[in-house]
Amino acid sequence: MKNTLAWILLAAAAALTGAGLWLGQNALVLQKAVRVCLECVGIG
Amino acid sequence: MTDRKRFSIQTAAALLQNANFKGFFTGRIYQGAGKNVCVPGLNCYSCPGAVGACPVGSLQNFLGSRPVRLPYYVLGLLLFFGALLGRAVCGFLCPAGWLQELLHRIPFPKKRRGDRAAAPLRKLKYVILALTVVLPLFFALTPFFCKYLCPAGTLAGVFLALSDSAVRPLLGGLFAWKAAVLVSLAAASILLFRPFCKYLCPLGAIYGLFNRFALYRGEVDEGKCIRCEKCAAACRMGVEPHKDINSAECIRCGDCVRACPTAAIRMGFPSARPERDGTGKS
Repeated sequence: MKNTLAWILLAAAAALTGAGLWLGQNALVLQKAVRVCLECVGIG
Repeated sequence: MTDRKRFSIQTAAALLQNANFKGFFTGRIYQGAGKNVCVPGLNCYSCPGAVGACPVGSLQNFLGSRPVRLPYYVLGLLLFFGALLGRAVCGFLCPAGWLQELLHRIPFPKKRRGDRAAAPLRKLKYVILALTVVLPLFFALTPFFCKYLCPAGTLAGVFLALSDSAVRPLLGGLFAWKAAVLVSLAAASILLFRPFCKYLCPLGAIYGLFNRFALYRGEVDEGKCIRCEKCAAACRMGVEPHKDINSAECIRCGDCVRACPTAAIRMGFPSARPERDGTGKS
């Protein structure tokens, strides 16, 4: 039963990730990640 | 699995997620395609070595943007890692956890094995998770967790400052606060096992929610368990595996599996942990 739930969650994960890719959200992740995050490193 | 083997996996994972080694010398962060993808563990994307994106930072970036975008992509990846591994991510793949374990190996006379008295403090990470998700919705572009708490980001700042002299004059009061948090956690890590993971990490809080359902789970064979509680005594995360093997606090380190004198505890994916006919507690 719990394995079934895990597989359902994995399918939901694939759907969400796919939707995010379709909306180009990976590019937004990339855009943020390739610049130094001033808040993260403590510059502010 | 031996603890040495787990440590080797942790080391390999930390190195793979920070494989831009030349960045540590040049102070330039990696800007390749790998940063399209969030890594499973806590690893600041501003670390000169990082080749992937931080899931917590990415989540906050989406929630702090205007108009607010539902972060399907980041949530999908978090759900994937959670449903597949649960907090095994913490035990095997997280560089922040690996660093704390390295520090915990430093000899010190009064190390604390358990933390039952401080157990209520473990709820703090859920408060931090709530603030991490909610605050960016109200305060645009303010990644609360990354800005004020995240030790991985501070460490990234240290690496950048060491390798790039232009960064040093920019470090002020915020960095001093973050450095104090980092040093406190580093000192606490010598005494306690993974204090950041136990009390503060919002990513661990997320993955902990999946521990009961993830494919990678634990199981206690009630027929074999003799209630000796050696598993609970061995657990450095303060879990009582004989009572709750799939507790949200369990990072799947396997200490309990090795401590069990009757081999009643198993951990792994379904193939290594076949479903039983109701006699096992999973």
